[in-house]
Amino acid sequence: MAPPPFAVRAATEWLSARARWHPLEIAFWLAAFAAIYLLPEQHLILTEIAWLGLFALSLDLILGYAGIISLGHAAFFGFGAYTAALLAKHEIINEPVLALLVSGFAAMALGFVTSFLVLRGSDLTRLMVTLGVALLLRELANRYGWLTGGADGLQGVTIKPVLGMFRFDMFGHTGYIYCLSVLFILFLVARRLVNSPFGLSLLSVKGNPLRASAIGISVDARLVAIYTVAAGYAGIAGALLAQTTAFASLEVFSFDRSADLLLVLIIGGAGYLYGGLIGAVIFKLMQDYLSALTPQYWPFWIGLMLVVIVLVGRDRITSWTAPIRRLAARLDWRAAARRVAAASAERHRP
Amino acid sequence: MLTILFDGIAYGMLLFVLASGLAVTLGLMNFVNLAHGAFAMAGGYVTVVLVNKAGVPFLACLPLAFLASAILGIIMERTLYVHVYKKPHLDQVLFTIGLVFMAVAAVDYVMGSSPVFARIPDALQGRFEVFGIGVGRYRLLIIAICGLLTVGLQFILTRTRFGSRLRAAVDDRRVASGLGINVNRIFAFTFAFGSGLAGLGGALGVEILGLDPSFPLKFMIYFLIVVTVGGTSSITGPFLASLLLGIGDVAGKYYVPTLGSFVIYTIMIVVLIWRPQGLFSRAASR
Repeated sequence: MAPPPFAVRAATEWLSARARWHPLEIAFWLAAFAAIYLLPEQHLILTEIAWLGLFALSLDLILGYAGIISLGHAAFFGFGAYTAALLAKHEIINEPVLALLVSGFAAMALGFVTSFLVLRGSDLTRLMVTLGVALLLRELANRYGWLTGGADGLQGVTIKPVLGMFRFDMFGHTGYIYCLSVLFILFLVARRLVNSPFGLSLLSVKGNPLRASAIGISVDARLVAIYTVAAGYAGIAGALLAQTTAFASLEVFSFDRSADLLLVLIIGGAGYLYGGLIGAVIFKLMQDYLSALTPQYWPFWIGLMLVVIVLVGRDRITSWTAPIRRLAARLDWRAAARRVAAASAERHRP
Repeated sequence: MLTILFDGIAYGMLLFVLASGLAVTLGLMNFVNLAHGAFAMAGGYVTVVLVNKAGVPFLACLPLAFLASAILGIIMERTLYVHVYKKPHLDQVLFTIGLVFMAVAAVDYVMGSSPVFARIPDALQGRFEVFGIGVGRYRLLIIAICGLLTVGLQFILTRTRFGSRLRAAVDDRRVASGLGINVNRIFAFTFAFGSGLAGLGGALGVEILGLDPSFPLKFMIYFLIVVTVGGTSSITGPFLASLLLGIGDVAGKYYVPTLGSFVIYTIMIVVLIWRPQGLFSRAASR
């Protein structure tokens, strides 16, 4: 039985309202691209922010939209990083963009295979399984030193110019433009994805898997799909790291990386896609500042932040954005126009 | 062959003492405490400082390590952990990871990042042969202490009033508190006791596991394996899981050294997929 036409129209309208671009979003990306010209000295750290933001975006897809807690997201990051570094080192694929795609698909394949492991069990089981997968990969990379360089890392990687034209330079100019473009494109894809009916069904799975399956959502298939996509994103983030630094080491798989990533996402707030990006900016700036003071004890500050964030409450931490959001709501003239139209439609209803 | 078994049992028993507290906290409060290893590390460092700096005999340090970690445990529980019990798992994970990072960096700052050792008395060093099995004196001591502790724990849990209250609280927290059992007090006490046991394990483990500031991170996965594979509904589950893990790890490193910890992680994932409730859990067998 087809739903009545007015319900379809209402649903479509609601979906497209969700997907509409907000002025602040446009401002955010304009600022990010303006940094290419305005902050040329900061391109190295901006590059790091860009790939970290992409990595956090990937965690947001599974944590913020599907509710999967992962302590081993570095598995896919590292897999992508090693794939990209190995492809470049052995000159299998010389063109970075192509190598990036291949690394992303490799990480997706790994994500697809391991996604079946996170379907079952409680939060704790998922935590352990994701952590276990990352540890396993780290062990593998350590064992097969002839391939990965073992504990010394993979050295002697040279990355060819992007698209055969733009050479990576030591100031990070090419690196930043490259990473930012990749981030922007993948962000658009993720934005499209979470605003689609598929994204909504994920949210319902996160809210209550049992009820979601009762209204006809195949929970397992959705989780597999989003986990696979997120793994691909993480892999591409790792590949960006490997390509911009021309290096990959065991550290890409480390537990600290997965834990830091959780912090990055939590600072910005999960579940609205920008959390990871904003978190990455704040995290890197703090790291830059604090580790200049005490490089060795940087983990202490990470730990302190995590503890404080939890004790104060995650929702209260992200509530610092509330005034901005209120301002944003006022700025959004189209939303205001919609509200007026809706109110008048309400009045004229027979 | 039997020597490896012996070493494995000693290792497994040590892991059990280290992780048993975690099993109770997880079972009772459904609280994911990744910072359990920090209490073990505290016990280890207390021992190292007392033995090397203050010249206290090694064996006398063991109860002190227990006490120090237990006191640390109860302070942390009353001041910080109580605020997190009701929060979602994600918050608990973030919170306890934060504690681990702080502990690692703080110990690094105070004690330095290099591994430390405690002088153990000469009487405990070396090996002797019994029916062709090489028996390390120190490992025998570990088995003796941990064996006694296990029997003691089992006795407390099954024969005493406190034990039956604890079991009731683990089985169903709401009904237990409805019957007038003060679950929070039981929990605080168990938390302190579990932290103390971890501290004792840390003290005993300095010689075998090694001790440096990254200890809580390195062994976090081992504790979690013991708890998740063993299940949290009894004390025998984690005990058997620790023995399996200990023997498996020692044998794996001896027979297939190229694979390293690979075997353990693979087994863990397989078990978790096969029986998410744990190998020896009652919930799974019911």
